[in-house]
Amino acid sequence: MGNRLGILGIVTLAILLLAILPNVLDPFRLNLVSKYLVFAVVGVGIVLLWGYGGILSLGQGIFFGLGGYLMAMFLKLEASAPELPDFMVWSSTETLPWWWEPYHSLTFTLISIVVLPSALAFVLSYAVFRKRVSGVYFAIITLALALTMTVLLVGQQGYTGGANGITDFKTLAGMSIISDDGKRVLYFVQVLMLFAVMGMAIAIVKSRVGKILIAIRDREDRVRFSGYDTALFKAFAFTVGALFASIGGALYSMQVGLITPTLVGAVASIELVIYVAVGGRMSIIGAVYGALLVGWAKSMISENFPTMWLFFIGGLFIVITMFLPSGLAGLFARLGNKSADGAQRSSGGKEGAR
Amino acid sequence: MSAIILSVKELTVSFDGFKAVDGLSLVVERNELRCVIGPNGAGKTTLLDMVCGKTKPTQGVITFKDLELTRMSEYKITRAGVGRKFQNPSVYEDLTVLENLEISYPKQRGVVGSLFFRRTAELRLRIDEVADQVYLRDYLDNKAGLLSHGQKQWLEIGMLLMQDPELLLLDEPVAGMSPREREQTAELLKRIAPGRCLMVIEHDMAFVKMIAHKVTVLHQGRLLAEGSMEEIQKDERVIDVYLGH
Repeated sequence: MGNRLGILGIVTLAILLLAILPNVLDPFRLNLVSKYLVFAVVGVGIVLLWGYGGILSLGQGIFFGLGGYLMAMFLKLEASAPELPDFMVWSSTETLPWWWEPYHSLTFTLISIVVLPSALAFVLSYAVFRKRVSGVYFAIITLALALTMTVLLVGQQGYTGGANGITDFKTLAGMSIISDDGKRVLYFVQVLMLFAVMGMAIAIVKSRVGKILIAIRDREDRVRFSGYDTALFKAFAFTVGALFASIGGALYSMQVGLITPTLVGAVASIELVIYVAVGGRMSIIGAVYGALLVGWAKSMISENFPTMWLFFIGGLFIVITMFLPSGLAGLFARLGNKSADGAQRSSGGKEGAR
Repeated sequence: MSAIILSVKELTVSFDGFKAVDGLSLVVERNELRCVIGPNGAGKTTLLDMVCGKTKPTQGVITFKDLELTRMSEYKITRAGVGRKFQNPSVYEDLTVLENLEISYPKQRGVVGSLFFRRTAELRLRIDEVADQVYLRDYLDNKAGLLSHGQKQWLEIGMLLMQDPELLLLDEPVAGMSPREREQTAELLKRIAPGRCLMVIEHDMAFVKMIAHKVTVLHQGRLLAEGSMEEIQKDERVIDVYLGH
């Protein structure tokens, strides 16, 4: 992706999200955009992890779910105070479990949303990468973990709300999150978080770490023999991906007002990867547009042809991998290059090597 | 300080019972440009793989200066001052020549250090200097994937030079090069040898003649002969198994 094209994409996005959409969409549609942007936040992490580091994770739902559930615990406690959360009462859990207690505090909740999933991701992935497990095998491990996580959440009904998840939130630190005004505020919080995450990702990609990740993706051996602990760099990318997914999950709980095990599982995780594939896995800004477009398509199709969504997303994935391996961003870069003739194609070297 | 940089003692590695290298011992000194020759399957590449940590030996000791390498991980061996060039040029094709050299610069190789890494004037100078040495000064902004085969070989040697290693292990550095490029490579290797120690695997005997101080001949994982080029060329056993055909 050319630099000019990237800046143009970001400026367009800012105008679209800050000036146009909030003024033309009704509160219901605006809230849907917030939801799409949640997936954009997760997608930016996947670009870093998959596009740059070459590490395919089919378990981003785990970290999305962790962030979502941690946030939901706080929101649920605030909504049901001073009583026990309703689902605990229904499952005859009589006292609040000790590990729910700290989630009365918003500060603690926010810190744990940042720290817990990141720490888990780092420890887990560093151990796996040190053993030189990578590629398809790593993807299968993450997939298995996502499945395990779903089973765990469904099974522990008294603590997690089981298959229904945690729902029925009312306020966030006193501010209503179900009123139209509250949702409007949350929309701007969402846009702000998206730009913060994009800023972080761009800084990482532009730093030496970004180049080392590309180098590891293409020739991990060579990087080792340049004196780098490649497992550490891959674990770093995985950790940042997990952090972004967790932030996304926490925002989802706020925006949508619920979190359920289906959002944690394998299907949800794979859908996240498809969002990024559509936008372009090497492009941070592309992933954001991909999430917006696919999210919007999902709403439209689910509203009009409720049974068709899965067929559509499956077909889309096949078409993208076959005809547009660098996604929409690749398409735009190609169109841009046709006019600015002779410019180097972003993936020229790579295609030459295949 | 002793002049011995690398010492290999009774080195053996077996893959499923097949001994690729079998009880091999040798010593390489500072300033030396050593060539390793031998027929296919003699264990040349495996020997380099063990020195740089890619393959772990079954038995034996590898000492680099006073470090025992056999239990160290690859990146630590590299940091200690051993550089490895692979048989197929391995460069980062999606990065520019400049970025390829920059990544190989041996400072701030942790994650945090890399996040805050800045290209200093001093580093830029060093990159230019190395690029000059490996004949790639005019290609710094090209994607490495677009270089010719020979240029990729040079780039990989340049990447090693950025690390400023004391021991360079080069696996067939002139494979796929034109005669002119071979000469340039010979000059390059002779120029960088002083102060370091080079071990070069090569099949091209004319090239070996151009550069070698001393030649080691391997056969079926064992040391067959060792000496100057003339001695080797006269050696009956070497003619039998290798030079004769």
